[in-house]
Amino acid sequence: MTGLPIAVVGASAAGLAAVEALRRSGWRGPLTLIGDEPHLPYDRPPLSKQLLHGDWTPEKLTLRTAEQLAPLALDLRLGTRATGLDVATRTLTLDGGEQLGCAGVIIATGVAARTLPGADRIAGVHTLRTLDDALALRSGLANGGAPGSEDVAAGGGGGGRRVVIVGNGVLGCEAAAVARELGHEVTLVGIGPTPMAAVVGTEVGELLAEEHRARGVRLLTAAVDGFETAPADQDGAGDPRVTAVRLAHGGPPGSGGVAAGGGTRLPADLVLLAIGSRPAVGWLDDPALDTTDGLRCDTYCAAAPGIYAAGDVARWDHPVHGRPLRFEHRMNATEQGMAAARNLLAELAAEAPAAAEDAAPAQERRPFAPVPYFWSDQYAVKIQAYGPTAGADRVETTVLDRAERRALALYGRDGNAVGVLAAGLPPRQARALRAVVATPLPWEEARERVAAATADG
Amino acid sequence: MKITLDADKCCAAGQCVLIAPEVFDQREEDGVVVLLDAEPPVEQHDAVHEAAAICPAAVIEVHA
Ligand SMILES: Cc1cc2nc3c(=O)[nH]c(=O)nc-3n(C[C@H](O)[C@H](O)[C@H](O)COP(=O)(O)OP(=O)(O)OC[C@H]3O[C@@H](n4cnc5c(N)ncnc54)[C@H](O)[C@@H]3O)c2cc1C
Ligand code: SF4
Repeated sequence: MTGLPIAVVGASAAGLAAVEALRRSGWRGPLTLIGDEPHLPYDRPPLSKQLLHGDWTPEKLTLRTAEQLAPLALDLRLGTRATGLDVATRTLTLDGGEQLGCAGVIIATGVAARTLPGADRIAGVHTLRTLDDALALRSGLANGGAPGSEDVAAGGGGGGRRVVIVGNGVLGCEAAAVARELGHEVTLVGIGPTPMAAVVGTEVGELLAEEHRARGVRLLTAAVDGFETAPADQDGAGDPRVTAVRLAHGGPPGSGGVAAGGGTRLPADLVLLAIGSRPAVGWLDDPALDTTDGLRCDTYCAAAPGIYAAGDVARWDHPVHGRPLRFEHRMNATEQGMAAARNLLAELAAEAPAAAEDAAPAQERRPFAPVPYFWSDQYAVKIQAYGPTAGADRVETTVLDRAERRALALYGRDGNAVGVLAAGLPPRQARALRAVVATPLPWEEARERVAAATADG
Repeated sequence: MKITLDADKCCAAGQCVLIAPEVFDQREEDGVVVLLDAEPPVEQHDAVHEAAAICPAAVIEVHA
């Protein structure tokens, strides 16, 4: 029609799903995919699992090869950051200064790892969001992979290094499991006493805590205050290396020393900060957009006319749950990328029906109403959950087998069941639970359906 | 249509089974995908494309 491209910003799971859906749904105009990482779109969940463990090479994480992308005829701009968006004219600014006028824009910039002030200038302190992060952390966890590891191995017993993981959410727990499996001495420090409690509730969290303890992970409740470091080498070149994590309060009685500031110190060779993330909305400076906790969208994933968002960055009105939700789940990234693409095309076709040669055959916009899904793998325990489990005002957990860490949990809000979680259940049973919370269901009815879904099978 | 799987990458999300239950199943022990029909009939093709697109681990490859 106009010859203007559709631009998708963020070349990861959501952005990839969007460009593929745009082509499948009939967009024949120019299509630009902009991503600030140098890599082809890759998958993140294995970063804290198979990649960190050393089981998989980075190539295995690539979501599509260059060959598989070729038919999409993308104007693929890797290593390129979008720095601004003018909503009224749908014009993107790229980091080289280029202005890109667009027919429509899909924002899929995800989230960035939170960190602590100054942490990026301390060797041995890591975050885990990108492939490059994961490779750096992996080389630290691999034996002899980082300066000083031999000394530590000699004195540390069992070849393990002292790994402190700050943050006991999903990411911290997964990384703790891997580091422990690799034979390191692992301490998992959280502000809340129970790992993952915010997402899964305290009882499932406690079950996971038991598994971590049984595997030899030390769990601590404390806030981190800062780091202690030693000079990088004799010449003082390079960044100082972490030697300990300082805790503001709490900390382990009888172990660790008292730091100069009065708090407890945890000696550490390697530190992972897994303290959550921030939506990557800093580059969106147009006041027409609401960027409080992600990019606020309507029920169609539209943030403004012609501007859509998908994936970890998007906070949209879920039509079934009746409130704005944002998920950092792999499945949602794909589903929402597809939904945003289809709805953008429907809007463009409605905007200029006469000149629709580049657009899709006319279709209606549809509210995006997925059943949220996430999984987590820790040791041999697989957790799968459907529906929003965070923010529940009621949780009922049934432990089916404590030793095997098999459990079921139902999550309620305002009298309805909205979420369900399965730990260690056979796939067929876990899958059957999805139907129970596909829409919010009165609590008692949901309990009966959960019992029926797991009775046979 | 011919389907191949890189089942080693499967994270057992089960989405493919929800979308195309006549083509995909999951292994009972660990939920890893099982291919029931590598060359499904035409009426399954849309569902298979959808499953391949939505699979969160890029396990399913569809060849013409
Ligand atoms: C280590 C790890 C393990 C995980 N494990 C699980 C799991 O087991 N189960 C699960 O359900 N989910 C898991 N997740 C979450 C899942 O990976 C995310 O939900 C998913 O990656 C979100 O995809 P996205 O495309 O929305 O965002 P992202 O994957 O964050 O991609 C956004 C991309 O945009 C780029 N970008 C940002 N700003 C700009 C800009 N201004 N210009 C250009 N590019 C930009 C970023 O560099 C990035 O490449 C995990 C995440 C991580 C990090
Ligand atoms: S959707 Fe993909 S990851 Fe999930 S079970 Fe099927 S093949 Fe495996």
